Amino acid sequence: MARMVTTRRKVISTVAAWLVGFLIFFPILWMVLASFKTELEAFAIPPSFLFFHWTTENYATVQERSDYLHHALNSIVIAGGSTLIAMLIAVPAAWSMAFSPTKRTKDILLWMLSTKMMPPVGVLVPIYLIYRNFGLLDTRSGLIFILCLGNLPIVIWMLFTYFKEIPKDILEAARMDGATIGRELIYVLTPMAVPGLASTLLLNLILAWNEAFWTLNLSTLEAAPLTVFIASYSSPEGLFWAKLSAASTLAIAPILVLGWFSQRQLVRGLTFGAVK
Amino acid sequence: MGQITLQGVQKSFGPVHIIKGADLDIADGSFVVFVGPSGCGKTTLLRLIAGLEDVTGGAILIDGRNVVNVPPARRGLSMVFQSYALYPHMSVRGNIAFGLKMAGVAKDEINRKVEAAAATLNLTPYLDRKPRELSGGQRQRVAIGRAIVREPKAFLFDEPLSNLDAALRVQMRLEVTRLQKQLGTTAIYVTHDQVEAMTMADKIVVLNGGKIEQYGSPLELYEKPSNLFVAGFIGSPKMNFITGEPAKRQGAATIGVRPEHLKVERDGQGGWHGTVAVAEHLGSDTFLYVDAGPQGMLTARYVGELGLSPGDRVSLVPEQARIHRFDDSGKAIRA
Repeated sequence: MARMVTTRRKVISTVAAWLVGFLIFFPILWMVLASFKTELEAFAIPPSFLFFHWTTENYATVQERSDYLHHALNSIVIAGGSTLIAMLIAVPAAWSMAFSPTKRTKDILLWMLSTKMMPPVGVLVPIYLIYRNFGLLDTRSGLIFILCLGNLPIVIWMLFTYFKEIPKDILEAARMDGATIGRELIYVLTPMAVPGLASTLLLNLILAWNEAFWTLNLSTLEAAPLTVFIASYSSPEGLFWAKLSAASTLAIAPILVLGWFSQRQLVRGLTFGAVK
Repeated sequence: MGQITLQGVQKSFGPVHIIKGADLDIADGSFVVFVGPSGCGKTTLLRLIAGLEDVTGGAILIDGRNVVNVPPARRGLSMVFQSYALYPHMSVRGNIAFGLKMAGVAKDEINRKVEAAAATLNLTPYLDRKPRELSGGQRQRVAIGRAIVREPKAFLFDEPLSNLDAALRVQMRLEVTRLQKQLGTTAIYVTHDQVEAMTMADKIVVLNGGKIEQYGSPLELYEKPSNLFVAGFIGSPKMNFITGEPAKRQGAATIGVRPEHLKVERDGQGGWHGTVAVAEHLGSDTFLYVDAGPQGMLTARYVGELGLSPGDRVSLVPEQARIHRFDDSGKAIRA
């Protein structure tokens, strides 16, 4: 009897999980479907779900009208660059706060987070003027810089919580075993921190890839990443749902694939079994 | 060799004095247990010897050399942590070998030593497993293996058995003692469990409030506690303390009698009279909690079964030679 109840519960929760998953995924699915429709079918009411005239002409048009590769390359350089620099700054910062905290560590962390509470539009004008005066408008380095600053608090917070979970005893054991700071880093800490570093890296990459506010406002063409490429399809000439969808699908494809492949490694924690 | 001497060792964290000056001489090859209530500074003292904390004052000599400025790894000591602190991403073999690898020992020698250590600890079948695939007792053995493989001057144990269940703890207690005797390496062992201290130690250091209360063999501590604290801490059930008139008659501020040194008689003559409040029947022993009027509540241990129940009148006769006398400041008065 009890077994039956638990199986039924399992079935219900599985179905519920799939439903929620589908609900979250639906807009993306709809976008992908729309990208294969003709412009007319894309905003037809009632909408057709699968039985429409499948076409790839939107992709061709998009590629014809704008240079996808140029924007994709910008996205890679900007998201990758800002993530890399943010990690380089955040790792030592989170490290020292996790392993040699002071009375003010919590305050510093909160203060860092507080910078994320302000709507970015509040500082748009001063930042825009600074960028104009320094000649940083529509440059990759300018975008790398602003995205790096924007994501730094989150990166530091994430790394801090990961490092916090590494038991201090293990570091002391390594010291007793004769490991110098450098070797402790290579043989003990880095392998234990890899899952945390990897998931932070990936999250930051996704955030930087999708960041639209600063990239739209501070770049036009030269340094413009994929967000600008998408936005160019909601133009004064009118909305082109199918082409917009095709552009969006192209824009999210790389990051979607990356996330898909790395999910397994990211979920798995390494520390289990070390202590207790 | 592994002779460790502490000379006036002090440690403060800010304004808080954790260790208030410890002097100690640990002979080579002996098994010394630091015991005391939580917060007494026993773990801190161990960490000072290990070098994981810096001393505020005093000297720590290992084989005559002051090591206060020597980093932990170069003191030639190895430590077993309460949490085991195994490297989660390394196999058992990797864990045991790590210290040797750091010391730059040749590869085949590392293998030979790791396998010898694993054989001693019955770990051979598990050498290629990760710590998370082992049971608590096995993880404990790996931690010990990591300590012995380096052939240190001394082992430092920080409450290594407190995460194990009771049965396993007794078994590991025996194994650790046997291993230490077999290797003949000095060992310092921290515990809050006085039974562990009594059963494992050659010598016990009783710590309280950052001070060494007494240093001696288990039986010395049991028979001649130097003050009230040690008298109360060593022995189970606890020693009975009696103040006031009965103590004054013995020429002391407080007298102490262990439960096993109280002779229990039904309606006997002499001694202290009282009524049984609680009787615990263990089969081999009977523990009696007796309300003895002016003497207060007394605990008595009777070997065997006496068939007493709450409310029965008994008399308790202390063995005259085994009454401990203490002065106003709590120090033992020696005849």
